[in-house]
Amino acid sequence: MNYKFITEFSNALHTKKISSVELTRYFLDRIKKFDKQLNSFITVCEDEALKEAKKADELLAKGQAHALTGIPIAHKDIFCTQGIKTSCGSKMLDNFISPYDATVVKKFKEAGTVLLGKTNMDEFAMGSSNENSFYGPVKNPWDLSVVPGGSSGGSAAAVAAHLAPAATGTDTGGSIRQPAGLCGITGIKPTYGRVSRYGMIAFASSLDQGGPFARSAADVALLLNAMSGFDEHDSTSVNKVVPDYSSTLDQPLNGLRIGLPKEYFGKGLDPEISKLIHEAVEEFKKLGATIHEINLPNTELSIPAYYVVAPAECSSNLARFDGVRYGYRCDNPKDLEDLYKRSRSEGFGSEVKRRIMIGTYALSAGYYDAYYLKAQKIRCLIRNDFVEAFKKVDIILGPTSPTTAFKIGEKVDDPVSMYLSDIYTIAVNLAGLPGISIPAGFVNKLPVGMQLIANYFEEGRLLNVAHRFQTVTDWHTKIPEGF
Amino acid sequence: MEWETVIGLEVHTQLSTQSKLFSSASTAFGAEPNTQASIIDLGFPGVLPVLNREVVQMAIKLGLGINATITKKSIFARKNYFYPDLPKGYQISQYELPVVGKGFLDIILEDGSTKRIQITRAHLEEDAGKSLHEDFHGLSGIDLNRAGTPLLEIVSEPDMRSAKEAIAYLKALHSLVRYLEICDGNMQEGSFRCDANVSVRRKGDSKFGTRTELKNINSFRFIERAINFEVERQIALIESGGTVKQETRLYDPNKNETRTMRSKEEANDYRYFPDPDLLPLVITDEMIESVRSNLPELPQQKRQRFMDQYGLTAYDATVLVSSKPLADYFEIVVKESGNQPKLAANWIMGDLSAALNKDDIEITACHVSAKQLGKLIQRISDNTISGKIAKTIFETLWNKEGNDVDEIIEKQGLKQVTDTGAIEKLIDQILSDNADKVAEYRSGKDKLFGFFVGLAMKASGGKMNPQQLNEVLKKKLAG
Repeated sequence: MNYKFITEFSNALHTKKISSVELTRYFLDRIKKFDKQLNSFITVCEDEALKEAKKADELLAKGQAHALTGIPIAHKDIFCTQGIKTSCGSKMLDNFISPYDATVVKKFKEAGTVLLGKTNMDEFAMGSSNENSFYGPVKNPWDLSVVPGGSSGGSAAAVAAHLAPAATGTDTGGSIRQPAGLCGITGIKPTYGRVSRYGMIAFASSLDQGGPFARSAADVALLLNAMSGFDEHDSTSVNKVVPDYSSTLDQPLNGLRIGLPKEYFGKGLDPEISKLIHEAVEEFKKLGATIHEINLPNTELSIPAYYVVAPAECSSNLARFDGVRYGYRCDNPKDLEDLYKRSRSEGFGSEVKRRIMIGTYALSAGYYDAYYLKAQKIRCLIRNDFVEAFKKVDIILGPTSPTTAFKIGEKVDDPVSMYLSDIYTIAVNLAGLPGISIPAGFVNKLPVGMQLIANYFEEGRLLNVAHRFQTVTDWHTKIPEGF
Repeated sequence: MEWETVIGLEVHTQLSTQSKLFSSASTAFGAEPNTQASIIDLGFPGVLPVLNREVVQMAIKLGLGINATITKKSIFARKNYFYPDLPKGYQISQYELPVVGKGFLDIILEDGSTKRIQITRAHLEEDAGKSLHEDFHGLSGIDLNRAGTPLLEIVSEPDMRSAKEAIAYLKALHSLVRYLEICDGNMQEGSFRCDANVSVRRKGDSKFGTRTELKNINSFRFIERAINFEVERQIALIESGGTVKQETRLYDPNKNETRTMRSKEEANDYRYFPDPDLLPLVITDEMIESVRSNLPELPQQKRQRFMDQYGLTAYDATVLVSSKPLADYFEIVVKESGNQPKLAANWIMGDLSAALNKDDIEITACHVSAKQLGKLIQRISDNTISGKIAKTIFETLWNKEGNDVDEIIEKQGLKQVTDTGAIEKLIDQILSDNADKVAEYRSGKDKLFGFFVGLAMKASGGKMNPQQLNEVLKKKLAG
């Protein structure tokens, strides 16, 4: 197969150079061949995928196809898929077949995509390394001994290894951007409210946002076109027209004001990464952008604030997994209390339990003001930092993560060090802003991600800036050796 | 020792919407278990709540009905606790910023005086499902049909000082929500439920005693009994040297007693926090004004009007406005009777109410129409029939042995005798037949007057006009 990008596949499908069945078969074969090493899929839907591909070919033949008709895609196993297991990476939902499609899944179906399968993830999206999955860790295709990032590690690894041209993810504190960065692909977290959360199993409702992974900004634009928009089933989705993100990709960057936050280049950042990001900045200068140093003074408060708000919401969101109506139930419960205690302690993994306990504590009578309320106030400060910054610049630029992918097992016993790997991404969720991670080079053969942040609903601008960068660089075209 | 009772009430009114508070599942009562629960009500992974806008108007209506401030931006919160009939592990409710703020409701006490009961707040929340502990051989059954049903919880201040006041408040509120058409008020089906916070203190004390919360009471009668039982229990406890424990108690109507359900120590820490899945509920002045302009006449206004317009007593007016259909019935009767409000009130609250109670019929299903009753009253007031005859005609109507009042009068020859000549003739006859009694009367035995009235009535078959009879008899007896 000579093609890498959705834009290319789409073109080949529409010009009948290839059929969707052939394309689907190609990726299914690659999954079969390579996923034993990566463990990026929890479920592969071979039969359904081929059926959908056949249907897509009929639409293509009739000339009724959209840009994404016949394009294979993988969904993070957090999105409910009707009739297909939706595990959320947890033993708790290992037996759960969803009776309905998430809005995102429905929208991709309507766009004509073909579902290859469901990707591995940190349990209930809690993690930064994909080591917290009931289905085992995912490996990074650039080096099988390192993590792919998380929580959408399966999606990122699958796209990076070219087992799928596109995948969906969710991002609560960096779960799209960080794995995209560590796996050398492009991934966007849209503005909170841009993509419906209906059918996306909730981790922290006020922070969760779905978004796509692909190899290029142009591909991500196509995917975001399909998945965005108001949903009457999600009260927090925003009723705002979705622009055609593909149509503004080529706009020139003359006069674009790029801000480099001092706080994103300080202690803890790998100097080699810093160097690569500054090289990227030079490319932007050549493209006509102006560079400004800015301040986001409350950045260091973002991790403590996040680790109060997210666990608090998760402790409530995960209360429904009680062994009563669906999901895991312990054997022979003695009574109701035993049913609750054992179903939940046997069904959840340790990181999930840690966060439920932190969150329950933070919401308890007598602690609420000191933790939850205080964290919400910090959230306002962080939001204001960005509001001030966007008065001076159009785009904020920095590294996605302070280091490249770390070794599997390296941080499992040190949750705080693990949490710190999200230092540059978390504030964006707390503020509800859109952010994208794009490849910016390699350090010791491991990919480095660059994060771009824009103002609310400026996904078009983000994709435009990312795309222009990708027209003058080739980091995004690399495929890991052996794949 | 004199004791004072202190009562505050929490009333859960089920809002009469077609669908649930946050899902499109039906709220109809009595369906097969678990047939009216959508994946949202079942708390499936990934589902989200969307507010049913119908409830917003209803909440505003109640707020205006209790003279309360409407919160412009109220917040939905999660009340977290585990129970099998609570699918999400939390109930969506309102905590710090409820949709309806401080208000009040005036109640009429037995002596006719008015007392103002302050209302703390009213908030929207979803109902839980039902746990069924019988018929499952030691297991429990869960019915989630009710899960997600919209409730408006109305919380009063501890302003009531007796079970009777509590009932008067509940009846006033019950009447109000039905006037507003926001709740069907059906207590058997649980559409109008009440928890009572009860405490006692020594008369003159300014501090409240420790309260207990009585739950699960589904009729006015039981609420009154439960409160009275609880008051006596608390007084006996304190007088025998004990202390009241703050706890939740269940009322058992079969045994007429309350017993401990859970103590304060066992109470949940609900870990309330704003629900991140729902935006603040924003209510504009325009929305409030639009509801206000469509508000029906409310019981208190109607009661005042009935007193002013019809000259009714406060008691009669209170009874007649207690339900809108009854008030409407009354007004038709008055109109049809040729404006006889007092007679109309007496008849409705007397014979009609008695008949309805006896046969357990609601006013809305009453087969004696307001027009028929109005006509009957008109015939009393224009002296066609006497009140006594009217009672037999009413029975004929009630027993469906006749339809048209005038026809019944005609057919059965019930027309009152008003011809003075005929009356005089009849009385002359009676007086001459009972000359000894006439002599006794004239010598001062006034009580015999009734004896002559009885004879005259009997002789005329009850048809003689009583007023005329009295006049003529008096004149003749005076000699």
